[in-house]
Amino acid sequence: MSTAAAASVSAPAGFASARGAARSARRAGGIRVCGLRGEAVERRSLRISQAAARRAVVARAAENGAAGSGGFDYDLVIIGAGVGGHGAALHAVEEGLKTAIIEGDVVGGTCVNRGCVPSKALLAVSGRMRELRDEHHMKSLGLQVSSSGYDRQAVADHANNLASKIRSNLTNSMKALGVDILTGFGTIVGKQKVRYGKVGFPDKEITARNIIIATGSVPFVPKGIEVDGKTVFTSDHALKLESVPDWIAIVGSGYIGLEFSDVYTALGSEVTFVEALDQLMPGFDPEIAKLAQRILINPRNIDYHTGVFASKITPAKDGKPVLIELIDAKTKEHKETLEVDAALIATGRAPFTKGLGLENINVVTQRGFIPVDERMQVMDADGNVVPNLYCIGDANGKLMLAHAASAQGISVVEQISGRDHILNHLSIPAACFTHPEISMVGLTEPQAREKADKEGFEISVVKTSFKANTKALAENEGDGLAKLIYRPDTGEILGVHILGLHAADLIHEASNAIALGTRVQDIKYAVHAHPTLSEVLDELFKAAKVNSGVSHSVNEPVAA
Amino acid sequence: MASLASLSLSISTAPGRPRGAGSVTATRRRRMNVVRAKVREIFMPALSSTMTEGRIVSWTAAEGDRVAKGDPVVVVESDKADMDVETFYDGIVAVVLVPAGETAPVGAPIALLAESEEEVAIAQARAQALPKAPGQATPPPPAAAAAPPLAPAAAPSPAPTKATATPHAKKLAKQHRVDISKVIGTGPHGRITGADVEAAAGIKPKPNAPQPPRSAAHPAPPAAAAARQSAVLPPVPGARVVPFTTMQAAVSRNMVESMSVPTFRVGYAVCTDKLDELYEKVKSKGVTKTLLLVKAAAMALTQHPVVNASCRDGKSFSYNSSINIAVAVAIEGGLLTPVLEDVDKLDVYLLAQKWRGLLKKTRLKQLQPNEYGSGTFTLSNLGMFGVDRFDAILPPGHGAIMAIGASRPTVVADKDGFFSIKNEMLVNVTADHRIIYGADLAAFLQTFAKIIEDPESLTL
Repeated sequence: MSTAAAASVSAPAGFASARGAARSARRAGGIRVCGLRGEAVERRSLRISQAAARRAVVARAAENGAAGSGGFDYDLVIIGAGVGGHGAALHAVEEGLKTAIIEGDVVGGTCVNRGCVPSKALLAVSGRMRELRDEHHMKSLGLQVSSSGYDRQAVADHANNLASKIRSNLTNSMKALGVDILTGFGTIVGKQKVRYGKVGFPDKEITARNIIIATGSVPFVPKGIEVDGKTVFTSDHALKLESVPDWIAIVGSGYIGLEFSDVYTALGSEVTFVEALDQLMPGFDPEIAKLAQRILINPRNIDYHTGVFASKITPAKDGKPVLIELIDAKTKEHKETLEVDAALIATGRAPFTKGLGLENINVVTQRGFIPVDERMQVMDADGNVVPNLYCIGDANGKLMLAHAASAQGISVVEQISGRDHILNHLSIPAACFTHPEISMVGLTEPQAREKADKEGFEISVVKTSFKANTKALAENEGDGLAKLIYRPDTGEILGVHILGLHAADLIHEASNAIALGTRVQDIKYAVHAHPTLSEVLDELFKAAKVNSGVSHSVNEPVAA
Repeated sequence: MASLASLSLSISTAPGRPRGAGSVTATRRRRMNVVRAKVREIFMPALSSTMTEGRIVSWTAAEGDRVAKGDPVVVVESDKADMDVETFYDGIVAVVLVPAGETAPVGAPIALLAESEEEVAIAQARAQALPKAPGQATPPPPAAAAAPPLAPAAAPSPAPTKATATPHAKKLAKQHRVDISKVIGTGPHGRITGADVEAAAGIKPKPNAPQPPRSAAHPAPPAAAAARQSAVLPPVPGARVVPFTTMQAAVSRNMVESMSVPTFRVGYAVCTDKLDELYEKVKSKGVTKTLLLVKAAAMALTQHPVVNASCRDGKSFSYNSSINIAVAVAIEGGLLTPVLEDVDKLDVYLLAQKWRGLLKKTRLKQLQPNEYGSGTFTLSNLGMFGVDRFDAILPPGHGAIMAIGASRPTVVADKDGFFSIKNEMLVNVTADHRIIYGADLAAFLQTFAKIIEDPESLTL
């Protein structure tokens, strides 16, 4: 170890000569202190205290022949400090990669500041609000709630404070591990070269052995819709909860629109959905969508128009309400005009990939998304892999979920560290945090049937209701359904869908099983605590019948 | 109509059958006219000219029953009686839209009738798609039972109103069977809120369903003022609030309406000694005192036709060709006025027979519209309670109403100064001064008294 230490002392010195003066501060015990901003000093002091650990890591990397010998500033530069970039950065540091992350706006990106975090805070409030207001539900439990109300500003503050807290947690965790957080908008200027800079400040150029693009997405606003941030707005504005309208139209009935309908109806608004397709909640398994409609839409003050586009939305002004012109999705003829107090545009998210300098490396985006292969490697306009360039998260459009982004980031870091890794997207669960929650992993029933027809196997479906679950009944929340789609010949789990209390937490048993390739017969007899909601899944696995009856895979040769 | 039907036929075959649940009902309605042959609507009938809505007492035919033309399918309580409503078509009752106990406005669909098994599913799908009453464009037909649907392309007009009703309002409208396109919105920007729908359903709706919209605005301010006035009265502690039944609401409405008629009253003391003797003779044959009075009034009316007239439009006499006398009958929880028709042409024994039948039907609330709506003169007798005199409120559409008190032994002085005791009955007639003047009414009463005091002619 001491020899390594000795070696490591010289190694950084060797590095220093190859790099600019600004880097010298990073050296353990660096001399040049002047010209540094406060945070750099703080960084240095942190680094000194963890110098020993750092040195060991750097030494390991040096031994591996990774960074350093290549003459790059960094082993890995990540453009975008959102969930994807953060996940990749943490794993990279674990693997001993010298990492920098460039962020042009706020650390944490959409998830922390304008997405998952504040929306879950609002949904927590709305869930409680709904429960307290449900007199029937309270009475059946024997409770009396005299009056329930809310302070809009306090609710908004809860969401904002949470976002700030998570943001600083994220920032500190990266700093503590030694990731360089560079402020500015990053652009790729050439192979393994990135330029970044803030407006009004001179640009800096750095070189990196590998680059990950993790610039995420922004809410997509279709043509004809005028957003004013007050009466016509996107989820970005909605999460600030600056007002609670009496009647809000939500354009788009995917999970974002659905979650917001949950929040707004709990806070007393009435909601009208405008959906372009013929079914509400088009992305869900149809059986789940039908039950979800019965539980989440019909009993609430929500109505909907399907098969229509909002061709023109005019914000409210001069005492007039927000005007939404609806046209038939197929015939494009005008159907009606809604007059509402506010409109939320939840028609999906568009990738944020402009200004990345992709043209410098012959990469062409498709509808804004950066084309990647199954390893998240960027493909150029000719269909060739661009070496050392990766794209993760919403920017590549493969699965626009926060945890998918960080999983993709980890996959990329694995590859950079020398271990090939292909992420199985079918094992990534998704959840919608309405009350009750909806979650899913794998294929929907129609998708499974299609695959079965194409590849020539049978599928089976088992379902169970939350009404059979003791814990759910104890909570008087028996509304719900869980569904397992599997192959009866092999026991392979194709998909699991859950609608019910804590569905978002329960799905992981299933997603783990899919990720590890566990078959139904293998986990049938795993014990679940009683009484818990997880027994819903226990029921599913126990109800599933696998034909083979043998506990080993049918593909293995019988003869020894 | 035929060309319209064929035009719609070509339009409807083009798009596919299954449509999203929330799709606008415009094309559906067009298709409904064509597919009318397959799924029909049973409407809430107008059982009287004053009926605006009816309550379903019970469903004689249940969902899934096969019915033939003329079979009774539902019993409807109107403002005056409970009536069996028959179906005009054969078919299967596919969907009951308004369950027993609920009310629906006249003209609103209350059930869907499918021609055969296959159409039951279509009917159910249609029931899901929230059918708004297409019959609101057509005034309720004066006769009973389901008039065939006549929704001319009224499709575009409800659409803009629908867009300005909030989701909560739409849900309440469906729940309470309120036609939302008739509700006036008081929310911001004129939108229809849940409160507006509740007001339309809970408080009795402003009485203008069959009237054209311009007069709808007119009764609205006084109705609102009245509502405000009644709302100002604080509830008496310990009071029990029981909402009006349909009949009670009708009575209330009629009484309020008659306040706009200028009335005056004339009283007369009639000596009934001779009448009482006659009564003793005929009562074994089932003739009641009231019937004798009815016959007497009819005979007097033949000589004074203006008292049998009414003023319907405020500017003309409407002389009736027959003398139909309505008699006020108190029944449990209400008041009905069965009508004896052509009283002047029938003798008391025949009248008695008819009356017995009418009375039975009245007690069972099974009067037909012509049995309670065709009166030209009303008689109300409270004598059996010992009331000596009272005056009645003029029912709408009548010229006069006679209030009869008890016949009591009274000391009477004659012109020579001699006292004697005679049975006297105080009669009080309220009349519409627009057509009946003091002298007319007094003359009528004089004739009436003469007939009563010399009643042999009554039994002729």
